[in-house]
Amino acid sequence: MTIDTVLLNPALILILGALTIPVFRGWSRHIVTLALPLLTLAAIWQVGDGVQITAAFLDYDLELVQGSNLSRLFATIFAIMAFAGGLFALNRGNILEMVAAFAYAGSAIGVALAGDLVTVFIYWELMAVGSTIVVWSARTPASAKAAMRYALIHLFGGVVLMIGVIAYAQQTGSIDFVTMQADSFATWAILIGFLINTGAPPLSAWLPDAYPEASWSGTVFLSAFTTKTAVYVLLVGFAGTELLIWVGLYMIFYGIIYALLENDMRRILAYSIVNQVGFMVVAAGIGTEMAINGAAAHAFTHIIYKALLLMSAGSVMYMTGGKRKCTELGGLFQSMPFTAIAGIIGALAISSVPWTSGFISKSMTTQAAFDEGLAFTWFCLVAASAGVFLHAGIKFPWFVFFQKDSGLRPKDPPWNMKAAMGFFAFLCIWLGVQPGPLYSFLPYPTDFEPYTQAHVYEMLQLLLYSGLAFFVLLGLMKRTLTITLDFDWFYRKLAVDVADKATHATAHFITMFCIVKNKLVSATVTLITEHHNPRGVLARTTPAGEMVFWMVVVLCAYLIIYLFV
Amino acid sequence: MSTEPKTSKTEAKLHWLVRPKTIKGLWVGGILLLLIVTWLGTTVHPHSKFGLEGTPTFYSWYGFITCVAMVVFAKFFVGILLTRKDTYYDD
Repeated sequence: MTIDTVLLNPALILILGALTIPVFRGWSRHIVTLALPLLTLAAIWQVGDGVQITAAFLDYDLELVQGSNLSRLFATIFAIMAFAGGLFALNRGNILEMVAAFAYAGSAIGVALAGDLVTVFIYWELMAVGSTIVVWSARTPASAKAAMRYALIHLFGGVVLMIGVIAYAQQTGSIDFVTMQADSFATWAILIGFLINTGAPPLSAWLPDAYPEASWSGTVFLSAFTTKTAVYVLLVGFAGTELLIWVGLYMIFYGIIYALLENDMRRILAYSIVNQVGFMVVAAGIGTEMAINGAAAHAFTHIIYKALLLMSAGSVMYMTGGKRKCTELGGLFQSMPFTAIAGIIGALAISSVPWTSGFISKSMTTQAAFDEGLAFTWFCLVAASAGVFLHAGIKFPWFVFFQKDSGLRPKDPPWNMKAAMGFFAFLCIWLGVQPGPLYSFLPYPTDFEPYTQAHVYEMLQLLLYSGLAFFVLLGLMKRTLTITLDFDWFYRKLAVDVADKATHATAHFITMFCIVKNKLVSATVTLITEHHNPRGVLARTTPAGEMVFWMVVVLCAYLIIYLFV
Repeated sequence: MSTEPKTSKTEAKLHWLVRPKTIKGLWVGGILLLLIVTWLGTTVHPHSKFGLEGTPTFYSWYGFITCVAMVVFAKFFVGILLTRKDTYYDD
């Protein structure tokens, strides 16, 4: 690896740079933390179209850095996210979490810029390692267990992906990461490997299980990279695969229904990630230029507003000593006005309220479904847009900052956390008011006009009546100290119970076996002892006279037989 | 002694946003806003492709009804079947 390979490779700048963070102390560490993502961003913008950096690996040429509009867009938002996440976490004081988070972000950039499947796989696995450490860095028993479950799911996904990549290379003789059809064992394995990271069914539960167990800063990083790199690879590899429309629709409604029943504010937002990624998976399934532009723009804006929401939730956790259940919170707008406003802006953006970033991005996917005449998909997406406002747009700010007065009076968090929230809140509104710059970075030329009179009125009606439904049904929305069982029940409960029962059954069998074995051994020993002891019939010694006597008897018998027979 | 001054004193202690008067005002303002956006929706004629979405006030009733359906489905189907105490996995 030459020095140029490192200096010009945005992913390696962030990954290797992250390893130097522990060397610095105090303000210099803060400066390095903020400078690394900016340096990475500068390097990303130097990446031209086509293959830029290659390396030899076995019989293949790896395309470590390859540029396109789509890859630069994803890499750019990953770097911006690393910067804002780093700023937010400056006062966290957990160096391992910061290094892991930056290595994780760098690996996500690596996937976005990878030109071949082997490079994708290498960075994919680095992401799994980095994100597992981020979850584990909360250093609580719950986070340790969640990190283990998270690692198992992602290692499983990695193995499936690796099998797919090897089979694909064998089948086609090429490792180029290009558009594929899910029509062979290899491409199906690759697609399943990708889908596991999006939070697709049936394994969606890994996301709301693990992300909320990370620290107040760790979850902010986690919300951005894994699912969005998965969206990126779907857009490159499987755009237009119809199955993705159905998978995405399931994810959308799964996220809404589970978030509606959830009490933990960060788990509400985690379910909401699955919901939002569902929109992007649907767009990948539609596969038209409008849909791919929509998914890319939505991924860009979603990373910002979801991180903002989780920063707001993280600030509440940080300032209340770790409280995260809606039943324990409420009325915080009085003492945390900045955090509340930031959270509300994030909530408005995720709900696609006009003049926020969600409005100018998510609507493109709905428009793509409309343009393609996909009536069922379109009606589902419109209902889901109202549902987003219901489960995240109102529910999160309402239960955390309003509802009842919990009596808690925490202050707004330290300056760096406020600065990170302020930066992302500004982007949520600026991108909503000025969508032009974002549209110019999209993979295809776009003529989508979000601010038509009809579109604005439609969205306002949808959202305001969704709000009416929320307040009319507030009694049903009241939070309780409950969780909702998910697919993870199979490996968290059923598998554990089966393993427990199997252990008990095995232990019982071994005990019984030992008893029987002891009895058998004892009976054998008794038998042997009986016959082979010095007086035993088979072991005792007999006098020579007795032997002579019996010889005489035998000879007599022989004589008699000889004479008379 | 009348309870009125006491109530207004307690009310004055509350943040202005959560005083009963403000909440009442927000409800009235909200309902007005709903009526206004529904009316605004009828003033434009979007291109209709699937039939139903071109009908007047579609986005108002569709938004409301689908949200009610989602809450009812979540609460009375998924909730009843799958809700457990939040210590379920700790036990």
